[in-house]
Order: sequence, then C-alpha cells, then structure tokens
Amino acid sequence: MDFPMLSVLILVPVLAALVVMVLPADRTELHLPVALVLSLLPVGLAGILFARFESAAGFQFVEQAALIERWGISWHLGIDGIALPLILLTTILIPISIAASTSIAKSPQLFLAMVLLLEAGLIGVFSALDLIVFFVFFEAILIPMYFIIGIWGSENRIYAAIKFFLYTAFGSALMLAGIIALSVLQQQKTGFASFDYSDLLTLELTPGTQAWLFAVFGIAFAIKVPMFPVHTWLPDAHVQAPTAGSVLLAGVMLKLGTYGFLRFNLPLFPDAAVKYAPVVATLAVIGIVYGAAVAIVQTDLKKLVAYSSVSHLGFIMLGIVAFTQSGLDGGVIQMVNHGITTGALFLLVGMLYERRHTKLIADFGGLQKTMPVFAGVFLFSTFASIGLPGLNGFVGEFLVLVGSYATRPAFAIIATAGVVLAAIYLLWAYERVFTGEPDKPENVNVADLNLRETLIFVPLIILILTLGLYPKVLLDRIEPSTAAIIDRIEATTDFVEPTFVIGEPGE
Amino acid sequence: MDFLADYLWLIIALPLAGAVALHFGGKFLPEPLPGLVAVGAIGTAFLIAAAAFVPLATGEAEAHILMLWDWMPGIGAAFEIRWDQLSALMTLIVTGVGTLIHIYSIGYMHGDPRFSRFFTYLNLFAASMLTLVLANNYAMMFVGWELVGLCSYLLISFWFTRPSAAAAGKKAFVVNRIGDFAFIVGLMLVFTQFGSLSMSETVLSHPGEVLSPGTATAIAILFLIGAAGKSAQIPLYVWLPDAMEGPTPVSALIHAATMVTAGVYLIARNAAIFELSPVALPIVATVGAATALVAALIAVGQNDIKKVLAYSTVSQLGYMFLAVGSAGYVAGVFHLMTHAFFKALLFLGAGSVIHGMHEEQDMRKMGGLRTAMPITHATMLVATLAIAGIFPFAGFFSKDEILASVFANGGYYLVLWGVGLFTAFLTAYYMTRQYIMVFWGKPRWVEGLKPHESSLWMTVPLMVLAVLSAGAGFLNTPQLLTLEHYLEPVFEALHPAHLESELPRILGMDGLAFGLAIVSLGVAVIGIATAGFVYARSSERFRQWFANATRRPMNASENAFWVDKFYGKTIVLPGKKLAQGLASFDSFFVDGAVNGVAGVVQRIGMSLKPLQSGFVRSYGATFVAGVIGLVIFFLTRGGL
Amino acid sequence: MAGPTPYMALAFILFVIGATGLLTRRNALIMFMSVELMLNSVNLTFVAAGRAIGNFTGQVSVFFVLVVAAAEVVIGLAIIVAVFQKRNSASVDELSEMKG
Repeated sequence: MDFPMLSVLILVPVLAALVVMVLPADRTELHLPVALVLSLLPVGLAGILFARFESAAGFQFVEQAALIERWGISWHLGIDGIALPLILLTTILIPISIAASTSIAKSPQLFLAMVLLLEAGLIGVFSALDLIVFFVFFEAILIPMYFIIGIWGSENRIYAAIKFFLYTAFGSALMLAGIIALSVLQQQKTGFASFDYSDLLTLELTPGTQAWLFAVFGIAFAIKVPMFPVHTWLPDAHVQAPTAGSVLLAGVMLKLGTYGFLRFNLPLFPDAAVKYAPVVATLAVIGIVYGAAVAIVQTDLKKLVAYSSVSHLGFIMLGIVAFTQSGLDGGVIQMVNHGITTGALFLLVGMLYERRHTKLIADFGGLQKTMPVFAGVFLFSTFASIGLPGLNGFVGEFLVLVGSYATRPAFAIIATAGVVLAAIYLLWAYERVFTGEPDKPENVNVADLNLRETLIFVPLIILILTLGLYPKVLLDRIEPSTAAIIDRIEATTDFVEPTFVIGEPGE
Repeated sequence: MDFLADYLWLIIALPLAGAVALHFGGKFLPEPLPGLVAVGAIGTAFLIAAAAFVPLATGEAEAHILMLWDWMPGIGAAFEIRWDQLSALMTLIVTGVGTLIHIYSIGYMHGDPRFSRFFTYLNLFAASMLTLVLANNYAMMFVGWELVGLCSYLLISFWFTRPSAAAAGKKAFVVNRIGDFAFIVGLMLVFTQFGSLSMSETVLSHPGEVLSPGTATAIAILFLIGAAGKSAQIPLYVWLPDAMEGPTPVSALIHAATMVTAGVYLIARNAAIFELSPVALPIVATVGAATALVAALIAVGQNDIKKVLAYSTVSQLGYMFLAVGSAGYVAGVFHLMTHAFFKALLFLGAGSVIHGMHEEQDMRKMGGLRTAMPITHATMLVATLAIAGIFPFAGFFSKDEILASVFANGGYYLVLWGVGLFTAFLTAYYMTRQYIMVFWGKPRWVEGLKPHESSLWMTVPLMVLAVLSAGAGFLNTPQLLTLEHYLEPVFEALHPAHLESELPRILGMDGLAFGLAIVSLGVAVIGIATAGFVYARSSERFRQWFANATRRPMNASENAFWVDKFYGKTIVLPGKKLAQGLASFDSFFVDGAVNGVAGVVQRIGMSLKPLQSGFVRSYGATFVAGVIGLVIFFLTRGGL
Repeated sequence: MAGPTPYMALAFILFVIGATGLLTRRNALIMFMSVELMLNSVNLTFVAAGRAIGNFTGQVSVFFVLVVAAAEVVIGLAIIVAVFQKRNSASVDELSEMKG
C-alpha cells in the first residue's frame, strides 16, 4: 500500500481549512455548507482505511520519510487496531460538530477553519509513530481548541481556555523531557539518536529509568484523560466551550490521554506499568465514583455531563491497567463509545442552550411535553450513557468490569457502583428537565428538533445501536493489537495474564 | 414440529418488530389499530411458542439451544436461545397473559393522546421479557433483565406530566440498578470461575466440579440481591408500590405477572449453584418468608385499591422465594403461573373498577359495585378466592404445594412454615376486606357519579383469566402432578423437597400432605370469615370498637411502617450530603489548588516586577555589579 | 619603553572615571561622553597590550572599537535629540515608561 493514505488524511482537513478561509466573508450562507461537505472527505478516506484494515497485530498503512536525520526524527505514520477506531471516531464527529454549529455568529469562517485544523492534528496524533511527530501534533491541537474556547465560548471563556491550555501544556512539557531522554538513551545504546517508536521499543530500560519515565509520560496523559486529582480543567473547559468544542473535547481529545497510556506507557515501560498499575487503578476508581457523585449535585446541565465524562474515563483507565484482553478491549471500545454518547449529550445540551440561552437545570421543566422528539433522543442517549445493555455504553463497561475483575477484583466491585450512580445523576436530571408540566412560560413554546438537527443524530443513534448489539465489528480489529501489548508485557515482566478455561476451577 | 426450532427467535423478534413499527408509524394509525398491531405481534409469538411447546410437553422433544450471534466473544457473551421445559412455560405465561393484557389495554387506554406509544412500550417490554426467559447466556439474560427495567421506567412514568409518576419511574430504575450492581458482580464471578457466560457451559453442566462452596455462596447471594431488586423483596421492594402510578395494565403485566417474576426465574434457573452453598437456600427462604409477612401486614391497612394489590404482589413473590428457597422449585414455578393469572385478573379488574368509577381509586369511596359492574365483580370474586387459597381455585393448589415443600425441609423451616401459614391468613383477610369494601355494602361514592361496567375489550380478558384462575390448579394436583413431571428434566440434577411420611394415604395424597392441605384451607377460610365479620356482618358498635382498638397498628400498616421515610433519612439524605460535600471539596480544594498554583506564580511575578524599574541608571548599576562579580569569579577560579 | 604598566594604569583610571560618570550623571549627553571615555580607555589598553606582546592585533582591534563607537554615537545622539525634542529635557531619569 504505497499511497500515503494517512498523510493525505491529515492534509485534507488542512486544505479544507484554507478553502474555508478564502471564501468571501460576506457570503455567510456558504461557509458552513462548504466546510461540511469538505469534512465528509476524511470520512470517506477513513472508511477506506476501515475496509482495507486487516485484523492483525502490527502497524498498517505505514509511511516513513526522514526529516532530521542527525537526530533521528522521521515522518513516521502508521495505525493499528487501537488507532483505527479513534481515527474513525474523529472523522465522524467533525462533520457532526460542524453541522451543529449554525449559531456561531462572529467569524464563522475562522471557527470552521479551527475545527478542521483540529481534525488534522487529531488524526496526526493517532497515527504518529515518531515521538517528535507525536509531540508536535499533541501540542498543536491545543492551539485551535484554545481559540475555539477562548473566542466562541461562554462568559468565563478566557479563564477556561487559559486554564485548559496551561494545565495540559504543563504535562506535555514534562513529557518532552521524557521524550528527549528516550532518544538520548537510544543514542547511548546504539550510537544513533532516534525518536522512532519501533526503535525505542527495543530499548531495555532499567526499572529505575522506567519508573521516572512512566511518571512523566503518565502525568502528561493523566492530565489529558483527565484523572483525579488533575481533572479540574475539564468542567470549566467543557462548560465554557461552544457545542462543537465540547463535542470534540469530550469525544476525541480526552482519548489522547488514554491512547497515550496504551501506546507509550504500557509497551515502553512495562515494568513500571506493572508496578504502578495499582496506583493508576486506584485513581481510576476514585475518578469513577467521585466524578459520578459530584455529577449528582450539579445545577448546570453541561457541568453534569462534564463530570460524567470524568467518571466514564475512569472506567477506560481501569480497563487499561487491568492488563487482560477483555480489560484492554473494553477500554479501547469504550473510548469510541464514550465519544459517541457523550458527544450526543453535548449536542443535545447545546441545542437546548440555543433555544433557551441557559444551561441551568432549574430553568427547565416539562420539556418532554413541548419537545417530545428531542426528549426521546435525550432519553436514548441518557440510557446509552448509563450503560443499558443493547446500547454501546454497556459493552465497554461490561468488558472492563469483567476484565479487571480477573486481576483486581476489589477495584472492579467498587467500580461497578458507578453503574448505579450513573443512573441516579442522569435520570434525576432528566426528570427535572423533561417531566412534569412546563410551568415556566419560556418552556412552553420551545421548538422541537428540526430536520438538520435530526439528521445529526441519525448516524449517532445507528452507531449506538450497532456497537451495542454487534461490537464485533470493532472488537475484531482491536483485539490483535491489544493482545500484542499484553504479550509484550508478559514477555518483559513477571506478569502473567490470567486465563479462564471452561471446566477448570478458577481462583 | 422440529422445523420450528430454527425459528424460535421469532418469538422475540415479533414483539420487537411491533415496537419499532409502532414507534415510527403508530401516530399515523387511528385507534384501535396500534393496539391491534401490538396484539397481533405478541399473539403470534404466543402461537409459535404454543406450537413449539407441544413436543416438549408430550416428551417427544428435548431441550434445544439456538445460537443467534456472538456478542462479546472475549468474555463468552453471546445471544443464544434456550428452549427447555422451564423457558417454554415462562414464554407461554408471558405471551399468553401478555396478549390478554394487550387486548385489555385497547379498552383501557381508549382516548389517551399517546395511545400508540403505550403499545410501543408494551411490545418492547414483551420482547425484553422474552429475551430474559429465553436466554441461554447470562449476558443475554442481563440484556433482557435491564431492558424490562427500561420498559418499566417508560411505562410507570407514562403520564409523565405528573411529577409523582416521573419520580416513581426513576425510583424503580434506580432501586433495580442497586440489585443489578450485585448481579453484575455475580456475573464477573461466574466468568472468572467458569471461563464462559453460557448457561449450558456453567450452571447447567455440573457446576459442583468447578465451584467451591464459598464461591457458590457468593454467587448465590449476589444473584439473590439482584433478584430481590427485580422481584421486590426486602430490602429492595420499595419501588413497587410507587410503580402503581403507571396505567393499570402496566401494573398487571409488569408488576404482577411477568417482570417481577424474573427474580424467581433467576433463582430457579440457577438452583444448581444455590444448592452448592450450605446457606444460600435458607437465606432465600428467609427473605421470602419475611417479605411475605411484612408485605401482607402492610396490605391490611391500605385504602387505595391498587396499593393493596401492589403489596399483595410483594407478599406473593415472597411466597415464591420461600418456595425456591425450600428447594420446592416446581412449587415456586407453579405459584408463579397461578399468581400470574389471578394477580393479573385482580389488577385488570381493579382497572375496570377505576375506569367505571371515573378514576377513583380510594376504596373508602366505593362500595356496592356488584350490581353496577357484574362481570368485573364475578371475575374478581374468582380471583379473590384463588389468591386466598380456597379449593378448588388455582391458588389453593399452588400455595399448598409451597407450604408442603417448606414443611418437608423440617428444622428451621418449620418456623418459616408457620410464618407462611399466618401470612396465608392475612392474605385471605386483606383480600376479603378489599372485596367487601369495593363490591358490597352501601355505596359511599360521590353524589352523581354513575359507575358503569367496562367495554368488551376489557371484560373478555377478565373472563378468560377467571377461567384460568379457577382451573389452572388442576395442572399440578397432588394426584396427577403433571406440572412436576413436565418440569422434571429441568430439575432432575437437583434435590427438590418432597413431603413423605409414614401416614396412610388419603385421596391419593400422602397423609401428612393431606393434613397440611386441610390446615391451609382452614386458615384461609378463617381469614375470609374474620374479614367478612369485621367488614360486612358486624354491628356499628363493634366497628367503632374495632377501629379504635386497631388504630395504632392500622396506622403503621397504612404508612407501610414508614420504610420509605427511613430510607430517605438513612440513605438518600446522607448520600446527597456526601455528594454535595465532594462537589464543594472539588471546587474549593482540588480546583483551589490549581488556582492556588496560578496565584503563586502570579505573586512571584509581581515580586520580581520592581526589578524592571525603568531607570536606566539602575540597569547600568546592575550591569556593573554583574561585571565586577564575573571578574571576581574568574579571578578566584583561576581562568576561563 | 617603560612597559605597559603605566598605560594600563592610565587606562584603568580613565575607565573608572568613565564608569562613575555613567552611573552618577543624569544627563544623557554626559552619560554618552562617559561611555566614550570608557571605550577609549579600552582602546588604550588594547594598544598597550599589543605593543607589550608584540602583536599588532591590538592596534587592529582599536579600529573595530572606533567604528562601533562611532556608529553607536550616531544612533544614540539621534535618539537623544528625538527625545529632547519631545520632552524638552535630556534627563535619563524621566525615561522610565518601560518599567515592568
């Protein structure tokens, strides 16, 4: 496969952004449709990637070209079963976010360009196999998101944007030190500096080195996930961001942290990973319960969904450090599932805001009578988020729970409490917002979903049902890559994955 | 009928398709078409089930497993159907009683603006419940388990503009979820012990070779908690009385005949695991007996016609748990079946009364309705006699079977038998009380209210259920034991309880069994007589004295022993406070730390600011100082 | 020749005078003259040292320094004239708007 699919996939949104920027500024009716149509091209390309992807371990669609040979930096791209679903998620959420951004009043061209640049950066992060390329893209996406929040956000947007940027950049700065250290170690070992992922995999690092490298990479990713206690940038960023920003932030950008753990912390530093997994698992479980508990008492609907993200990402992290097939598979597929369901919820809250200019739960009430279709979609997304079996949320959660029970039973049991708490905060919120009579006059004449908005949800609903009932379509592609990670951990440490054979007593 | 075996999935697919079709197209159909579509879907499912049931009943066919598709192969989760004697029986109950209730609903929901939406949810519920009972895989069963919870939520809060209905729906789902928490942990245990979630590879194939008694106890208790949530047992029953906010057909179908029986089904299906544990079954029986008693005591003091039936359901479910907890699996399933008939009938009849009384539900405002609503009256009388356990109605046989199984275990179980017997007295008492308050005596309703009998849509199902409530008992009379023989292949590996004594046989029954039957019949008759005396035949003076004497206990009963308030104070309120505390902690401390760091950086910057004074000469002075410093440094270090 | 010492000493004295003038005087022109003094003292040092070592690099360096000094004076005086035209004062203390 010599055609550089991945580079093209990164380039197309950049070109699309340029096209949108050069459109005449007074023809505002053109901006969004053009951006929307152009953003469908990457979906098609990603679809080709999906179709041509073989369910095997190792990287596919690899392209490599030297950039700075002296320091071993090359333009090395490739995807495996973990990156593929995330790239698909990105390409699907971008047109949906664009279609939902009709209420952007000032400089819509710039806004759409920012979204498209964000897409390019995200695809770059997920496909990067050279650590400098990864780092560049990792940092680069902060810029469009900073502008999206800072210019088009709500009242407190500057504070939220700066907080978001500085907090995550702080972690990345630490990670840069680690990246450079890795290349230096590579140079010491082979005489050639290299930032290439496959080269760095062959490094045999001492447990001490692994420990501090795991920590610096881990801090950077933990801030991104976000894990407790470095999560407080998230509620502000989500609440202040415009709808498209929240959708992409929750839908894709949070997964950078979990992806980073899976791609770097586990394979590069397996000893440290095994040793510090209980710490990570503890923080993950705290995140699940704490995030859910705090979500229960939120008065702002968007903040509630934001804290629910903290809780859900905890499940993903728990699955990742379970080091079992089901745990990792569940973590990866939940990354996709969470993106879809939480994306849907943010879209819904955004549409509510467009109509009523408030996000406070107390301002609503009785909206099911006024907007039955909207309420139906909201309830559907709510149950997907709660993890109702048959919908996608359950698949990831259940795989993670069963997978982590095998290696960390106590953690799994506490994490299961998250399913009860999720029902509490979401159904109570639904009750206050939608049921009852619309006693406030502003709630009586709110418009139901129009055609454009309905069309936005159709792909999401189809995905929720398909991934809920037939997740094999993704699991088959994810499994070989996660199995490879577990094999690597088993090969380099004392850890042994527990296996369960039918008919033999377990532990 | 072997060709049917490959099409068993239609039983689930038909009501599901009905639900989808009605969801998108229902609003274009005028009444009663949506109802007829729904009836068609579930009715056809019933016919298919009946056709596939025959070979199982005659003994020609054996249990059959139909694999649908792999769901999450990594943990052994798949969609696979199990068609054996137990699941076939459950399917018939669900589709049969379900079809009758669908028909009834066409009459009951007449005129409701969301008529077709109601049938969407009813069909979806049927599909979910069938998924639950037909599952050969724990994961698939859990799908059905949760989806019936979803449908319960949707249907309880069907009239969502009523805040109490919305709150009741949420309460039902959340309390169920607590049970589901335990269920999920149980599933995790099952997978890690067996390496599979398929029932044919786990519980139904010699689990004793894999599970230690401790693990079996853990799994059993977790399943019990899950079952207690779904089947409204102590301590998770509090959602069921609130669920009466939903339309009455919902109460009949979900909260009497089918969904709440899921817990009993779960335990019966997993009986092999329960038997491996030394303590699980006695705990199940104790929970059942306690629930039966407490719920019956609460039912005595209720004045809302549906609340009496709600607590009665909790109590009868307690009997079913008592049965399976005494290894009387067939007795438990038998009672499940007869209860489905007469409780559905009671609820549907209550619905007919409520409609006829123009939405009045307080029994103190009823009375003397037997003339105005003759069909409803006759059918409810049959149901009342059945639930009270009067020969020859169905309830007599099933309840008696249960008590016999309990007694057969001896020892501690004799205490439970006593509890069960006393509860039978209470059951007869409160049901008779209800019957008299509604249908006899002088009319106590509001002036001008003209009660009327209900339409044929509603009365015909009542009549069918009455026939079933009257005759179903003969499906498992002590002489014939047809049901027991039918279910034998399911429970053959287990150790069901059997009552055997040295006494001579009477009427084809074991002497002791016959004696116990007479005792339970007698207790029921005493219960009816007592209620009859208190509420119908006694003098005004006696009633005054009785009301005064029983004021405190009746008040406690009417308030359901203030359990909801207790939960509110001990769980809900502290929970909310804790969540609030964590939220404040997050804002002040965790976020405060972040803002604090920013503040420190800012302060450092501020303190360094005076260095940039803008004075050229001070800059110059700094230069010179620096130069002098460097010179001294190099001079003392001795070279560059 | 008496060796470089007297020249070095003279250069040092001139340097100190120039530095003191730079630090203590307020008038921009006087500061500039002090800077010139310092630069020329360095020139003297270069020539003396070059003569003493026998290397003419010292004398060449003086040319460099002279060129740089000239350029600096041109620009500096232009700035001072512009400032003086605006503020009517050549006092350096008043030019503190770039404070932090």
